[in-house]
Amino acid sequence: MYVAVKGGERAIDNAHKLLAAARRGDPAVPELTLAQISEQLALAVDRVMAEGSLYDRELAALAVKQARGDLIEAIFLVRAYRTTLPRFGASEPIDTGAMQTRRRISAAFKDLPGGQVLGPTFDYTHRLLDTGLAEGGDAPAPATAPAEPTAMPRVTDLLAEDGLIETFPPGDPAAPVGDLTRAPLTFPAGRDLRLQNLARGDEGFLLALGYSTQRGYGRTHPFAGEIRLGEVEVEFMAEEVGFAVPLGRITVTECQMINQFRGSATEPPQFTRGYGLTFGHGERKAMAMALVDRALRARDLGEERKAPAQDEEFVLSHSDNVQATGFVEHLKLPHYVDFQAELGLIRRMRAEIAAGEDARKEAAE
Amino acid sequence: MNAPAYNFAYLDEQTKRMIRRAILKAIAIPGYQVPFASREMPMPYGWGTGGVQVTASVLGPDDVLKVIDQGSDDTTNAVSIRKFFAKTAGVRTTTHTTDATLIQTRHRIPETPLTENQILVYQVPIPEPLRFLEPRETETRRLHALADYGLMHVKLYEDIARHGHIATTYAYPVKVDGRYVMDPSPTPKFDNPKMDDCAALQLFGAGREKRIYAIPPHTRVVSLDFEDHPFEASRTPESCALCRADDTFLDEVITDDKGGRLFVCSDSDHCEKRRGAETAA
Repeated sequence: MYVAVKGGERAIDNAHKLLAAARRGDPAVPELTLAQISEQLALAVDRVMAEGSLYDRELAALAVKQARGDLIEAIFLVRAYRTTLPRFGASEPIDTGAMQTRRRISAAFKDLPGGQVLGPTFDYTHRLLDTGLAEGGDAPAPATAPAEPTAMPRVTDLLAEDGLIETFPPGDPAAPVGDLTRAPLTFPAGRDLRLQNLARGDEGFLLALGYSTQRGYGRTHPFAGEIRLGEVEVEFMAEEVGFAVPLGRITVTECQMINQFRGSATEPPQFTRGYGLTFGHGERKAMAMALVDRALRARDLGEERKAPAQDEEFVLSHSDNVQATGFVEHLKLPHYVDFQAELGLIRRMRAEIAAGEDARKEAAE
Repeated sequence: MNAPAYNFAYLDEQTKRMIRRAILKAIAIPGYQVPFASREMPMPYGWGTGGVQVTASVLGPDDVLKVIDQGSDDTTNAVSIRKFFAKTAGVRTTTHTTDATLIQTRHRIPETPLTENQILVYQVPIPEPLRFLEPRETETRRLHALADYGLMHVKLYEDIARHGHIATTYAYPVKVDGRYVMDPSPTPKFDNPKMDDCAALQLFGAGREKRIYAIPPHTRVVSLDFEDHPFEASRTPESCALCRADDTFLDEVITDDKGGRLFVCSDSDHCEKRRGAETAA
């Protein structure tokens, strides 16, 4: 009985001590450093930065360590810290067209300006467990070639030049940028807030929803127009000096889906867009996000809405894994007051039914 | 690495101002759910983040804080939240209802009547009383705006038709000040009458759902019912094994695997006080 007696406080303290010991594991095994996590579990750190909405590799690595590798717990740690930070404002939009790319592929064109660059990918590896890795050792040196500074325009920009894909009006630079961490989300939500929600959303949830659109639940006929990974500059408009100053470079993964064309009485047919962006290297998440973004545009595009991925309230209300895990796991908290109330009612109703049956039997006899 | 530094009661002052504005609006429109920009807290959603944000925003250095969960101060999550404020705000804490100026609660209202010098802060999981009848927020907001509560009355009626009773035993819906139907949080319906004309300010915080609502002191709070099926504040018809009270909400404790059980007050402070008075006499 863990509450009926005094001692909750000591139990909690002891549980924390035990957790710290379990986190460390066998003290004979060397302790992980943050640099090791950041370098060798880089994709875990990337996911924590993306869904934690905080670009800080060191803090994300610390969170992974503290969470014993539980990434949702690590994301939660980062979020709870991020929320206490002051807001100075919004950066200038990043220019992914000017990205220093490490990887860039298009599934829509065989070749295109800037070329296809495979980069560091699992894609064509055979998923055979590498026993050599268990031994450790140095990785082979990567192949190199002289840098050729070639422009790598975005596929969607190339299509837009010919009017083959919908264009978005350039955003009003004076318009405020929506931020669902500073104002409660209301419905219908603008696309800025939808994208922010998806960018913070759980990879697994978006993956399943994106997958569902491919299996006919809100089909959008997607092509991976382009996926690119690399570094972009972040700039901030400094009012004091009157121009944008660079804050630093961040790694991002961008996915632009090209979807089913549509036309109307007034407009010729055009392809439509779905957009995905993550901090770090997060291709699966970026692609899933692009599929779900496109599915959520159903209302804007006048499409019939009947699949879960097209339902804005459903998707945006359930995408956040920190919220979801908290509410699912709160069922661990004691609920015995409510349960007692239910117990009382069910006993009373059963007694009433039993009394009714007895009365019927007596009447029959 | 930038070492984190935290403000009094954890939240920054800007956030507290935002939450206080939401609270003021909630007090001005009793029972109405005010959306607010809920923050991520250092405890999980569903574990009282709404209540904690409300408490953090109204807490002052002179306050005396009591935290209960299931009526008891010694429940693990109550201990955790009390320690959180003791650490981040350094306020005095108490387990005595009468000594507290601020009481944060989950699932119970103390048995000891509250006074006008006290604030009761409820932790709320699902603030929308119509949620399980209508899952869409856009739709439930419209129903509240039109005071269209037919759905709820039909639900209660169907309960009676099917079971002979209103089959809601906790989170029993109330109407506040004759206008908004409100979820009292998952308190047992035994506690509903304590909300009516309560001298203390009652504040409700739902962190994950980003809503705050309030019942100002001495506001009319009526549990929904029908003339021929009046509301009944039910309790287990037993008395406390420790203090022998027969008018409190009881927890059932299973004592063996042969059907043995006993009942004790869910409000541990009330129970202790009664036992203390007994020994003194």
